[in-house]
Amino acid sequence: MTETIKDKVRAFVIENFLFGDTSYDLADTASLIENDIIDSTGVLELVAFIEDQFGIAMADSDIVPANLDSLSRISAFIETKVGAPVTA
Amino acid sequence: MRFEQFLIGNAARHAAKTALITDRRRLSYGEFDDLSNRLAAALVKAGVRRNDRVLVFMDNCWEAAVSVFAILKAGATFSPINASTKADKLAYIITDCEAAAILTQAKLMPTVTDAQTQSGKASIVVGSTAAPNGQTPAGAIPFDALLSQEAAPVSHGGIDVDLAMLIYTSGSTGRPKGVMMTHRNIDAASESITTYLRNQPDDIILNVLPLAFDYGLYQLLMVIRLGATLVLEKSFAFPHAIFERIHEERVTGFPLVPTMAAMILQMRDLEPGFLPSLRYLSNTAAALPPPHIARLRELFPGARLYSMYGLTECKRCTYLPPEELDRRPGSVGIAIPNTEAFVVDDEGSRVPPGVAGELVIRGPHVMQGYWRNDAATERMLRPGPNPWEKVLYTGDLFKTDEEGFLYFVGRKDDIIKTRGEKVAPKEVETVLHAHPGIAEAVVVGVADPVLGHAIAALVVRSDPGLTDKDIIRHCTRHLEDFMVPKIVEFRTELPKTDTGKVSRRLAAETMEPAQ
Repeated sequence: MTETIKDKVRAFVIENFLFGDTSYDLADTASLIENDIIDSTGVLELVAFIEDQFGIAMADSDIVPANLDSLSRISAFIETKVGAPVTA
Repeated sequence: MRFEQFLIGNAARHAAKTALITDRRRLSYGEFDDLSNRLAAALVKAGVRRNDRVLVFMDNCWEAAVSVFAILKAGATFSPINASTKADKLAYIITDCEAAAILTQAKLMPTVTDAQTQSGKASIVVGSTAAPNGQTPAGAIPFDALLSQEAAPVSHGGIDVDLAMLIYTSGSTGRPKGVMMTHRNIDAASESITTYLRNQPDDIILNVLPLAFDYGLYQLLMVIRLGATLVLEKSFAFPHAIFERIHEERVTGFPLVPTMAAMILQMRDLEPGFLPSLRYLSNTAAALPPPHIARLRELFPGARLYSMYGLTECKRCTYLPPEELDRRPGSVGIAIPNTEAFVVDDEGSRVPPGVAGELVIRGPHVMQGYWRNDAATERMLRPGPNPWEKVLYTGDLFKTDEEGFLYFVGRKDDIIKTRGEKVAPKEVETVLHAHPGIAEAVVVGVADPVLGHAIAALVVRSDPGLTDKDIIRHCTRHLEDFMVPKIVEFRTELPKTDTGKVSRRLAAETMEPAQ
């Protein structure tokens, strides 16, 4: 079920930061910042997505690279926060 | 005095003091001086000569900081290039300034190689950092190799009226223009700025702004001038992480642009006084809205807050003394020390308080002109009060209050300020027009609470299947990140003037402010 979260996150990143470019080879562990995929305003959009889509309230201290700087980290963070894998 | 002398002098005075802190490396003044000597000698050995132009195409890393001073120590001129610059623009710059060498990072090497091919300058000297796997990309000299040999200072014969830097800005014709600054220019600008900011050698400044953006670059230049310390970060994408750095490193100075201020104000858990080491915050690029100023002062009660205003062509024009902030929160202040700023009408005569006119700047910080672009230079630099000098016509409309404090009114041209950077709509339109599915396009700025202005493209399609995402993707391949439209609207026709010319002003009037 973990794939569901990661798939949703990947779809969001591709749609919003790669503008639908599915040909980009985006590794799960690649840094989104170092690879210039998201910038400061992109992080704000990502936070809004996570809060709306998964019902998570993010504290300022949650918005750090350790939680958000790759597809894997984002998915792991969401999983921890929701307590159980989300299936919907 | 040539600017590299500040580094040499401070290294001699306190070699062990920390000059630069990045996530990967801390450099003392002694190390910074030594590394830049090594790189300078290696550049000369590779063929770089006095007054040659050398591009620094890197993000905010220690190698970029060392490169800037190494190029000066080689007697050459550095040109910092935004790391999100695409190959076609880089090729234009390589050709325009006849670059002798490029210093870059492995991740940017594909862009460099592409630009070299496009410009026909395959033989140019390229130095690159290694990729994470330790490999240096083909076609480049390893950056480590350029630093490997201990070297005495290069004897280049340069003096302080030589060109120190060429900094490219977005041009209203759609082509970037190289702003020419001598060592004397940057000496004067940095002296003035560090004076009114009341900087001290024990200052620790944290910079997240690109070194290719003059506001970011000057944080490095000011620190080296002062013998202070720079904490260099790559971005403000994670504000909480930056605040932790400020806390850990006991940072005293924190330069902002309005977008960063807006991001800070969106944070939820900040307590007033949470960063007690800060002595000052500065803001430039556009005035902060008064409610943002009030909230920043609440969060940083012990820090002075400077509202400032400037343009690359003279680095900085004005600052508001912090003690005036309560009385005139909407003002960007007065001329910076040892310069003049005044408002004139179309005939060049000074206007009375309250009347809008063009801001004119006079002083030793004013650029020498645009690189090999006399027509553009003549529009900006015009005869001054003395026969030997030129003053800078900024293209910005201002007015003053009765006490002479300046207020920004608007631009005379269509330049858009987004995220603190200037964007010429024409440059974006040129890229849009190159798309085969676009018949016509016009680009305008739309007020945005975080960006200041968001870039909006109004497009008439010739390919009905074209989507907004297709257009944005096309733009990301040809434009720096901050120039890429945030909003794309499709129209059946574009607003035109009576003479049939597409009108940006009329187009802007059809747009609602972004939410």
